[in-house]
Amino acid sequence: MSENSEIGNGFIPSGQLQFGVFFQGVNSGTIWKSQDSGSQTDFETFRTLAQTAERGLFAAFFLGEGLRLREHLGRPHTLDVAGRPDAQTMLAALAAVTTKIGLVATQNTTYNDPAHLAHRLSSLDLLSAGRAAWNVVTTDNAWTGANFRRGGYLDHEDRYTHAEAFVETAKRIWDSWDDDAIADSETAAAWQTPGSVRRVLHDGQHYRVDYTPRLPRSSQYRPVLFQAGDSPEGRDFAARQADVIFSAHPAYDDALTFRRDIVARAVKAGRGANDVQIMPASEFILAATAGEAQEKKAWVRSLQIGPQQALAYLEQFWGRELSSYDPDGPLPEIDPVVAETSETRGSGFHGAKARQLADQWRAEAKDKGLSIRQFVTGKTNRVDATFTGSYTDVADTLARYARTGAVDGFNISPWLVPTGLDDIVNHLVPALQERGVYPTEYAGTTLREHLGLPVPQRSPETIADDGEIRLELAVHQQQL
Amino acid sequence: MSTNEQERPGFLVLELDGDGAHPAAWRAARHAPRELLTGARIRSTVLAAESAGFHGATFADGSLAQGETDVGGRLDAIQRAAFAGPLTRSIVLVPEVDTVYTEPFHVATQLASLDYVAGGRAGWLVAAANSESAGAAVGRETVHGTALALEAEASVEVSRRLWDSWEDDAVIRDVETGQYLDADKLHYADFETGPDFPGAGYTVKGPAIIPRPLQGQLPVVAPASLFGEHLYDAGALAGIDAVLVTAPTAQALAASVANFRHRLGTTVAIIAELDVVVDARGQSAEERVAYLDAHTSWLSPRARYTGGADGLVELLTEVLAVADGVRLHPAVLDVELDELSRLVLPALRRRGALAPQTPDATFRDLLGLARPANRFELAGN
Repeated sequence: MSENSEIGNGFIPSGQLQFGVFFQGVNSGTIWKSQDSGSQTDFETFRTLAQTAERGLFAAFFLGEGLRLREHLGRPHTLDVAGRPDAQTMLAALAAVTTKIGLVATQNTTYNDPAHLAHRLSSLDLLSAGRAAWNVVTTDNAWTGANFRRGGYLDHEDRYTHAEAFVETAKRIWDSWDDDAIADSETAAAWQTPGSVRRVLHDGQHYRVDYTPRLPRSSQYRPVLFQAGDSPEGRDFAARQADVIFSAHPAYDDALTFRRDIVARAVKAGRGANDVQIMPASEFILAATAGEAQEKKAWVRSLQIGPQQALAYLEQFWGRELSSYDPDGPLPEIDPVVAETSETRGSGFHGAKARQLADQWRAEAKDKGLSIRQFVTGKTNRVDATFTGSYTDVADTLARYARTGAVDGFNISPWLVPTGLDDIVNHLVPALQERGVYPTEYAGTTLREHLGLPVPQRSPETIADDGEIRLELAVHQQQL
Repeated sequence: MSTNEQERPGFLVLELDGDGAHPAAWRAARHAPRELLTGARIRSTVLAAESAGFHGATFADGSLAQGETDVGGRLDAIQRAAFAGPLTRSIVLVPEVDTVYTEPFHVATQLASLDYVAGGRAGWLVAAANSESAGAAVGRETVHGTALALEAEASVEVSRRLWDSWEDDAVIRDVETGQYLDADKLHYADFETGPDFPGAGYTVKGPAIIPRPLQGQLPVVAPASLFGEHLYDAGALAGIDAVLVTAPTAQALAASVANFRHRLGTTVAIIAELDVVVDARGQSAEERVAYLDAHTSWLSPRARYTGGADGLVELLTEVLAVADGVRLHPAVLDVELDELSRLVLPALRRRGALAPQTPDATFRDLLGLARPANRFELAGN
């Protein structure tokens, strides 16, 4: 118990971990070059992965969203998996073939209308009998806006104001039906008790809403809210609004520091120390022995970052074609063509000073004796987000997180679909259960119950006007 | 459509919305009111419709106008269809989706996704919301009149282009060259509304964020009424694969279909719309309607059949001889579906009036549509 005091502010570690699975569908993390690499679009891939996760008592199945196809040097980016189904449509289908696992949809506040998105999330929540969640993300760039009626309408500095007002409006929509709004029997005076549904009005800087919501609350009250904020403003937003933070802090010490910070912010915002949960993004490379796991890791990395990806990674910072360079040789000696990097569109590595960065990287690679491919592999796979080792060693490592409450669980990105969770479910989960840090059954039927989240209080009628709320969500560097 | 339309057996589609087409249908449903808005309800109704022999199911959406129904709740139509996808094998799943107050890019992505989860059995019933409340929900001015058809036309064209923006074999997975995609097989949609577009014009860049749907292009169904007097104009039905038509009375339905067929030709499938209420539970159809009408009266723009199962078999045989299909709107879903399943569909099958139910067949198969060529592939050659 001595480790408990590391957090402070009345935080009590649950001593338990939850797993989520993040089906990525884009970027280099998912291997497509193996014989075991499944389709990225066939329903069977999704069904298999979701059912495997459910067999392993995972709390959540998580889908990302990117509203414009990634581009590289002005052309579609062709080296990584891409092309994925709409999150909520897929999750609605998965709701029919699963019974317990939570269903998390990443959905953008910038290119949706609050009434429509709140309605669809509510719909998913009812269809799945209380298993839906929304991972709130935002974007502001005109490049994505080119796919939408409204275009790139939102100024960079306004996007967080917009997102906050959006989430507040969604919560009001989910709050609008009284518990007894629907008739008890067929002889009632009306299907819907008169006066039992509140109209939601919002007249703000970016949109107007005048909406009479069409759905009741679900058995978990409303969809669970995930958020991935990391800037100070983003953390405050999460501390105020979110149920779970999809964090970028999986390394133990870093996770503990992040937890301390979030607990302090949540308490300051008037919420309980345990009200905001934390699930960092992570990757697991496991085997029976540590040695085998290391070998497996080398194999995984070689398939994630091939020679073409290594060069393409540098090209986005150099702003020019580098195909004449040997991926197994040193970094290019020529300089980037632009002072500011052009990003791989839809992936996002904003604002680095290209030449300065190139000098820095050349020095770093030379210093460590790394080839282009080795260097890029190190850059694209964050060392601290990967747990590599034997099932028992990794289980011991994770048990420590559970004991101190550094995290509430891990959102696992499988490097292979649909079989990428098999060894986790077959070997790691039992090892964690033996250590008493992983559930041996689902806690209930809803996602909120699995996570042990408090049931929200119905919000007061009046919500602060849009213009008075100023805060920030984190920028999403990678497509989620 | 094939030229020997008269000889081809037809298909039957069932509208699965709520508790039925009668606004007070919930009073005669076989479940508690609060069990309506659940996955369990969708599972039981879509499986009952499939096992009864229906070829398709539609899922209404949009605002719940007072007078149309007592029921104040409705789940998202695309999600209901998606939920039904993995549960079924042969029934095609066609959600109604608005084109006026929605983002065409989202609509295209969601419908393509539906096609994936439904194994190529998805379609799109185009709607053009015209209520003030639909506009107010998203802070836009209400769109009226002929502008509605233009909004629908633009949105359908966006989907058509996005669905073709990936060629069928764009995912190449070439390990040797390290290419997962072939960039030459991806295309910008580059949609732009025309100069006659009402309201704020818009552009959609593309490509899609999902590969080409399993069917290549989902069949698109639209109510003939959406086009008003422009229905017969050249190009009015570009992008539309089937139209929903009705008549003032059930007796006039076959003649009405024949008239549409005469004027539209065979390039578009014709689906007749019919409200049905049949004798059941020892009560006549008239008595059943009277009971429900006493609570809320049933005002419907569609032809209605009220009577015994035998008479309905006769009527449907007559209409299916001229229409490609008929969509039934059951007064009370639970009750009508039982009677249709027990008495009506078996009789129609015996008469050879119904197309067979084919597991894993696509909606295009049902409509007799070949897999479409890709417009960008054509342009490239």
